Amino acid sequence: MLEIRNLHKHLGGKHVLRGVNLKVETGEALVIIGGSGCGKSVLLKHVLGLMKPDEGEVLVEGRDIGKLTERELNDLRMKFGMLFQGGALFDSMTVYDNVAFALDEHEKMPLAQKQEIVRKKLAIVGLSKVENMFPGDLSGGMKKRVALARAIATDPEYVLYDEPTTGLDPIMSDVINELIVKLKKTLKITTIVVTHDMASARKVADRMAMLHEGTIRIHAKPDEIFASTDEVVANFIHGRASQEQLKEVWEYEGIEQTEGREGQKAD
Amino acid sequence: MSTGLRGFRFLLNPLQTAGGVFLLFLETLKSAFGLWPRRRILVDQFYLIGYRSTPVVLTTGFFTGMVLAVQSFNQFRRVNITTMVGAVVGVSMVKELGPVLTGLMLAGRVGAAITAEIGTMHVTEQVDALRAMAANPIRFLVLPRVMAAVCLTPILTLMADFVGILGGSLICVGILNVEWHFYYVNMLDWLSVWEISVGCAKSSCFGLLIALISAYKGLNTEPGAAGVGKAATEAVVTSCIMILVSDFFLTVMFQAIKPEWA
Repeated sequence: MLEIRNLHKHLGGKHVLRGVNLKVETGEALVIIGGSGCGKSVLLKHVLGLMKPDEGEVLVEGRDIGKLTERELNDLRMKFGMLFQGGALFDSMTVYDNVAFALDEHEKMPLAQKQEIVRKKLAIVGLSKVENMFPGDLSGGMKKRVALARAIATDPEYVLYDEPTTGLDPIMSDVINELIVKLKKTLKITTIVVTHDMASARKVADRMAMLHEGTIRIHAKPDEIFASTDEVVANFIHGRASQEQLKEVWEYEGIEQTEGREGQKAD
Repeated sequence: MSTGLRGFRFLLNPLQTAGGVFLLFLETLKSAFGLWPRRRILVDQFYLIGYRSTPVVLTTGFFTGMVLAVQSFNQFRRVNITTMVGAVVGVSMVKELGPVLTGLMLAGRVGAAITAEIGTMHVTEQVDALRAMAANPIRFLVLPRVMAAVCLTPILTLMADFVGILGGSLICVGILNVEWHFYYVNMLDWLSVWEISVGCAKSSCFGLLIALISAYKGLNTEPGAAGVGKAATEAVVTSCIMILVSDFFLTVMFQAIKPEWA
């Protein structure tokens, strides 16, 4: 189980997270939604200990990761896989070396066994004969899938996905979503997905949470979230900008301003 | 940063860099006593930092030796001791010009490359990916570059010294008609194992500074292409300045260990 308690974080003078509380049960898929720049990725990085909280705690299986030594934290990280937003594949390594990285680093096994694991993980994400290619030679969708194969190479208990479908076409997004569901069901992985893609959220989520202005606005089952009457939640789910945001767009429209200034001069 | 301190940013930024580089040095030292980098990564770095820098270092050393010979010959001819040109070229190249110019050339060629590579990895979350897979970025990214720079800068310096002396002798003996025998005898009289060791020790320190400063700037790159460019520029400028500053202190230190006038 994974729990976040009263998490606060300041970045660049901005109070990004303002007391986030969340709980993810074992085997559950939690989808965190929220607008761009609201701190979703920052929240995810706290779960892996890649960022230290200013206040609050992140508990993984009851242990506060902020109080772990570097070695204990690394042991804990072995239970995690993470798919980064841009894939974060190592440019200087082949696809094989990328997927085998954690195995090379932490597992002692014969080369043939390692090659078999890499081949199998690539097959799970629907790729073959790409082992000797470099990330620069792959399309966006292939990169995401290789990154996903790398994230699950060591059979993690938890997988964190940072905007897994961003930048992909709708078909490839659906393929990635299907993969997330398949991995969760077949490997019994506890999953956290950060996204603002509602189709992805609906397909993957057991529960959903919305991060808004640094706090969790709502944490419920997908059906409840999609039926929410909370204006902020409903606007986000249905992709509607608020009246204030729309008004701002028209207020700063250049032609009207120019006309206004010309009018003032004429007066 | 408080408003009062903002005015002193020009002073605080170098101090912050100095502190950060020192902490990175301690972390690198700690990781050197643990598990070493993978052999393939080490070989790559030795190739990139050593082999690929050889042409630029040899060219610099060769022409510096020739210029030094021409300038020294013109001065020494006035007092009729042109046979001492060999000693001047030898000692200058081995103790000062070889290490410093090799360091400066490496700061430009290798330092910028280290910062750009690590910086790009930082902004594309590859450094975070390393940490997420429980791998130590210092062991993967910093230690191999530091090891290659510390081991290979003295070797590159010795090569620069050799071609510098060769260039000087070509000018003096081949064009300016200095007696070959006196050129080399005088040079060898003034050069000893100590001088060569001082040059190598200095260049090792320069290699360490270049790799650490460049890696530090890379790991602290601001997001975006502009951030990587800015970090690479800062790494080269800071490395060059630190090579010149540390050269003075190293010279004084070696002088204190074995005074030349004693």
